[in-house]
Amino acid sequence: MNLLTKLFFAFIQVGMFSVGGGYAAIPLIQEQIVNIHQLMTMEEFSDLITIAEMTPGPISINSSTFVGTRLAGVFGAILCTLGCIIPSFIICLLLAHFYYKYRSFTGVQKVLSAMRPAVVALIGSAGVSILMLALFNSTLSQASLSNLRIIELGIFAVSLFLLRKFKHKVGAIKVILGSGVVGTILYLICGAIA
Amino acid sequence: MKRETTTKDLWILFKSMFMLSACTFGGGFVIVSLMKKKFVEELGWLEEDEMLDITAITQSSPGPLPVNASVIIGYRMKGILGSLIAVLGTIIPPMVIISTICVFYTQFRTNPYINMALQVMRAGVAAVIIDVTWNLAKNVWNGKSVFYIALMIVAFISTYFLGISGMIIILICLGIGITDAIISVCKKEGANKNELTD
Repeated sequence: MNLLTKLFFAFIQVGMFSVGGGYAAIPLIQEQIVNIHQLMTMEEFSDLITIAEMTPGPISINSSTFVGTRLAGVFGAILCTLGCIIPSFIICLLLAHFYYKYRSFTGVQKVLSAMRPAVVALIGSAGVSILMLALFNSTLSQASLSNLRIIELGIFAVSLFLLRKFKHKVGAIKVILGSGVVGTILYLICGAIA
Repeated sequence: MKRETTTKDLWILFKSMFMLSACTFGGGFVIVSLMKKKFVEELGWLEEDEMLDITAITQSSPGPLPVNASVIIGYRMKGILGSLIAVLGTIIPPMVIISTICVFYTQFRTNPYINMALQVMRAGVAAVIIDVTWNLAKNVWNGKSVFYIALMIVAFISTYFLGISGMIIILICLGIGITDAIISVCKKEGANKNELTD
């Protein structure tokens, strides 16, 4: 089997079995690329995780593009990413079809209603985790007031105020990019004073 | 809500997915919050409950969450063509960015300004997610169903404090929902029988 087909089928497996968010894909990619096919060293692989986390976009897409580019250039990147999304594309298409067909049934409504509060909780939990990371660079249990980052706290408070106050007029992307720019400038000013 | 999807809508769909994907750091729930804000609050294309259902489906299917969500939202707007357009919008930015970074890897990783910006941006991301959660939780609360409110609180504790994976929580709630549906069907049949005997 040549490298490209190997990569393609490796990533189809990654896409098929990574259930439950991007982090689930990382051990699977490691198994396929580092352990089974030995296409990358563990060191390169840990760089991959750092980059996948630092850059925007879904972690598994980032990692498959990274592996593909490193091993087989642009064409490799496209093949790996395709492999990674083809299984879920087909499964989600089917699920979407059934969802829109049956969602108005009373029984289905009852089932969906029980899942909605859980989704709210999951989104909330992700929010709190990121907030803790932003404010203390740690989790809630390890957070202490002495580690509190004032600039991040200020940016968080102002962003939340803007989002709540101007509901639909303030887009999420503007808030995120704005906080990156304003925060960097504030850090540079603070650094210059100190 | 059920209006015809125009070519312009498809372009907006592509553009929205592209922008969301290009500017979203971190796990899948970050982008789901942003999608909720964009498609429910800003564009009014989806209902809030619909977005939550989509999230539950994407969370319990394999593969990257943002891609799964794009498939379903795209399908809702314009069938399979919509799915393809939405998924393209979602995967192009990370592919371009990562391929570029691969070339400038060391410079990127050691650049202090990039590191600083990436770090402070988290505060903005947190604000967006907390804002979305606030709206969603308020609606569950206003529903005045003690059962659903309790479910939300227990789910939050299980995932945040006990570290139970999101997929397991969704599947357990799926079980609870199915039980609830069966019970209500049985009750209805019981009531019908009572009416007959009366």
